[in-house]
Amino acid sequence: MKINWFKYASPTAFYPVAGRLVPVFGVAALALVLFALYWGFFETPERLGGTNPQKEYYRIIFIHVPAAWMSMWLYLVLAAWSAVGLVFNTRLSFMMANAVAPTGAVFTFLALWTGAFWGRPSWGTYWDWDPRLTSELILFFLYVGFMALHSAIDDSRRADRAAALLAIVGLVMLPIIYWSINCPDPNNCAALHQRSSLTDIESNILTAMLVMTLGFWLYSFAAAFARLRNIILLREQDSAWVRKVVDAEGAAPPPAGGLPTQGREAGRGVSA
Amino acid sequence: MQGLIDFLSQGGYAFYVWSAFGMTFALLIAEVVTLRRSRRTILQRVGRLARLRTQNVPPGEH
Repeated sequence: MKINWFKYASPTAFYPVAGRLVPVFGVAALALVLFALYWGFFETPERLGGTNPQKEYYRIIFIHVPAAWMSMWLYLVLAAWSAVGLVFNTRLSFMMANAVAPTGAVFTFLALWTGAFWGRPSWGTYWDWDPRLTSELILFFLYVGFMALHSAIDDSRRADRAAALLAIVGLVMLPIIYWSINCPDPNNCAALHQRSSLTDIESNILTAMLVMTLGFWLYSFAAAFARLRNIILLREQDSAWVRKVVDAEGAAPPPAGGLPTQGREAGRGVSA
Repeated sequence: MQGLIDFLSQGGYAFYVWSAFGMTFALLIAEVVTLRRSRRTILQRVGRLARLRTQNVPPGEH
């Protein structure tokens, strides 16, 4: 079977596809996250053993590591869609990049935040200008800079290209973050942050961590596709197909003076 | 009951564990709520602009 992938490269064609994918990814993400929470809190030892004994606070690993991985992965996705947009000048690619950025920023902030609350009991400090922490902070600034630059330029086509260029330049941070703890000679890493060692981690801890990562990943798909639909509606609002969509999905005006929850229920009903 | 207290106290590290997990799920839920709300706002705004246009009134002049 031959599928014409370029058909879905247009916002018009992808809008309904994204709409069908959002609940699928959302429900799967919720299920995986709940499973990972259960496994992480109830099926794991109370201590991280081995050469680095840590008490219950090590459980922050179940969100810290997945959030940190997502922060780097989503930046790669952001830069990749930016590059595709610059090379092929496709509108949907830039919209994808814009849809991914806030979710990536959230995960980057969460990696820093959960790391702070792990660092305090294990290192005695919430923050240190350690190479890993500092480079992750710069990654957060890159996400924020990408969004700020895009919103600072009124012409959205120019904003797309400028922000895309920033995203690609910022790619330099990914290897820096990776090698800030995984450099070949440990003596050359003056790092407070532990080196990553997936092979000697206890299997139940690893299970919860990997399932949570998958859950966060699917959540990112759901959030990015939902945001993509918003971006498409805003940017294509002058076209006839958007007016048809708005007539179909947003026709019911919210009850004046009604409870906000009623409006939300109505909105959910028509969008489902 | 004691089991629940033990669980919540996380061996005395409750503050660190629940601060980390609390912020994570607060932000993820906030993102979902924001996305839903902005979708509703966009649908209303675009619909209003479309209605104005069908009445042949340029959107800036109402």
